[in-house]
Amino acid sequence: MSCANIVNSMNDSNTNGSTTVEKVNASLKRRYARERRFRRMGLSAVMLGLAFVSLLFLSIIGNGYSAFQQTKVRLAISFDEQLLDPSGERNPKVLSSADYNGLIKNALRQAFPAVQSRQDKKELYRLISNGGSFRLREMVLDDPAIIGTTRDVWLSADDDIDMLVKGHIDRNLTEDDRRVKDSVIAWIDQLDQQGAVDLAFNAGFFTSGDSREPEQAGIGGAIMGSIYTLLVTLVLSFPIGVAAAIYLEEFAPQNRWTDLIEVNINNLAAVPSIVFGLLGLAVFINFFGLPRSAPLVGGLVLTLMTLPTIIIASRAALKSVPPSIREAALGIGASRMQMVFHHVMPLAMPGMLTGTIIGMAQALGESAPLLMIGMVAFIVDIPGGPLDPSTVLPVQIFLWADSPERAFVERTSAAIMVLLGFLIVMNLLAVILRKRFERRW
Amino acid sequence: MITNRLALGVALALSASAASAAAARDYISIVGSSTVYPFATVVAENFGKTSSFKTPKIESTGSGGGLKLFCSGVGVEYPDITNASRRIKSSEVETCASNGVNDIIEVKIGYDGIVVANSKDTGQFAVTRKDLYMALAKDVPNPDGSETFIPNPFKTWKDVNASLPETGIEVLGPPPTSGTRDAFVELAMEGGCKEIGWVKGMKKSDKNAYKARCHSIREDGAFIEAGENDNLIVQKLQANPSALGIFGFSFLDQNSDKVQGSEIDGVAPTFEAIADGSYPVSRPLYFYVKKAHIGSVPGIQEYLSEFTSDKAWGDEGYLTDKGMIPMPQEERAKFASDVKALKNLEM
Repeated sequence: MSCANIVNSMNDSNTNGSTTVEKVNASLKRRYARERRFRRMGLSAVMLGLAFVSLLFLSIIGNGYSAFQQTKVRLAISFDEQLLDPSGERNPKVLSSADYNGLIKNALRQAFPAVQSRQDKKELYRLISNGGSFRLREMVLDDPAIIGTTRDVWLSADDDIDMLVKGHIDRNLTEDDRRVKDSVIAWIDQLDQQGAVDLAFNAGFFTSGDSREPEQAGIGGAIMGSIYTLLVTLVLSFPIGVAAAIYLEEFAPQNRWTDLIEVNINNLAAVPSIVFGLLGLAVFINFFGLPRSAPLVGGLVLTLMTLPTIIIASRAALKSVPPSIREAALGIGASRMQMVFHHVMPLAMPGMLTGTIIGMAQALGESAPLLMIGMVAFIVDIPGGPLDPSTVLPVQIFLWADSPERAFVERTSAAIMVLLGFLIVMNLLAVILRKRFERRW
Repeated sequence: MITNRLALGVALALSASAASAAAARDYISIVGSSTVYPFATVVAENFGKTSSFKTPKIESTGSGGGLKLFCSGVGVEYPDITNASRRIKSSEVETCASNGVNDIIEVKIGYDGIVVANSKDTGQFAVTRKDLYMALAKDVPNPDGSETFIPNPFKTWKDVNASLPETGIEVLGPPPTSGTRDAFVELAMEGGCKEIGWVKGMKKSDKNAYKARCHSIREDGAFIEAGENDNLIVQKLQANPSALGIFGFSFLDQNSDKVQGSEIDGVAPTFEAIADGSYPVSRPLYFYVKKAHIGSVPGIQEYLSEFTSDKAWGDEGYLTDKGMIPMPQEERAKFASDVKALKNLEM
């Protein structure tokens, strides 16, 4: 606006460049319009991107938030001595192999004495997750004194019941179209009226391993697998990447060989990750004979994948340290080694760490190369070390997304939320590091 | 403790002398078909929880990929068991033998139905296998009766069979890498193809041409490859009520409020119809066990007896809850006794 005024005033005074001013004035409107158009386009591009991201987040959170809760049913379990330990010796071996399912069945029969036919009883027993018996076994093994008493125990409901209580199964459909029968709905409503149905925080989702029963499935195993895999990746890729960057940037001569190496590193950063998986299969598993499905091999493969990222970021960080620092250090008699490790590297460290964290975040979200080395597998036991078979978070999401059971839909989304949470934290850490410690010259 | 082990692991890798890492394995390693995966995993989980052994590790590699891994050799670095949604081929048995895998136990576990389904918002389809062939084949017999093939001209189901509705042919199905696709092509398409007299005659005269004609699916957009994820197909069917989808019975079972199975040759895909064999598009599921590993890897025999117990694969077993169709009583008894005797595979 002010600019237009100046042009107008110039026009009024009518100095010697009248034709130029007229030309400028004639095109001014168009130039402003062009700028406005460009700004609008830029803004709409950003808005579009944000809209897609928020759509993604909304749909994932909308699908997945209910997985953090689990339907529990309260049953009065009588820990019958006759059933658990007829001899009365409290031998842990006997106690651990006792029929805890029988306890649940007894409690359900007592709660619904009217249910008589065999078929109906079978439906009734399916209200409670078959993981319930393991819960009771734990209780008894922890404290054998509860044998002979009757306790109210909250047990996880079966996944179909869970879906019904959370409203993912439409009660208005006809009975044939529904996975839950009318009689089962009536039982649940009856329990609900007694206050014996509740949605509780689903702690098992974070602590247990994979399962084919959605109500028992958790991401604990996958998180441990991801931690071991990333630890191996970090321990290997950070020192190697930083050492390679320092050598190439500070010590290596500038000749055709280093050019070739540089081109190759840049190329490697663009190689599809599945190729690293194939390489891992051929080298680490087939040649070195490392075990399949182990986080150690996963970490090695992901190291190959993240190395270029770390090297490139570290070199950029080293480059940004001004030469005057190096010259000053050398000038007062430091060796090149001292110059690099006492002066240049500390200044470049925030940039290097940022690159490493971004590389790690990339590795955390990767699943394709792990397919080749057998980490896409059903693994129930939580891995206890980098040589135990395990999966990682993105693989767990992939496996659940392919499962037929309806209750896995919300669990898939919940696992995605956890993965996104980790990624956001890691990227935030990278931003904070850069903001707080990076020096600009 | 954990860091110690980690350091040890890294040191092993770095020194490249890690061959000893795979020296012993205390869990069963299973690979193979993604169709058998949902069933094998349930058995593995139950086995892990109720026995003193570790839970087996199951990779979903596809039937072909699984057999390739299985046949690569004997030793703890190779899998003990492979699942397959088809029978092992004689060429694969030869590959196995050339790598020293000689004694294989074959276990048939049950059946899986392949359904052609659409959204519940529209009417139920009733097609024959011949209709499916005529609608989905790349080339179809010339309608003028000249015993030649023409590129598939049909655009709507009504073109194929006048009794069918006038909706465009749009079928979502698995890609060629899938075992479900193989089975659909073999059972439904070839099943319909055979019903045309002179094409059936081709089987004797020119088997390769017969296979090419009966097994190739049209590529002009009427058949859409929707990826290996059957859940995705179910979602797409909901969004597009005029489309049909091809997937495994367990997905129909879980989504019976959203999609309905079409009748094929007058039989609807129900649990009972697949079990008694009257539903025409169903296939047997298998797994194969490496005999040399029994004894060296703990728990294989116990896993076999868990799988072949009535509480797992019986009429009321937990596998049927997951959508697997059990074998008839006598067949189960035969396979169970074969497994107990560790009887070798006979082709």
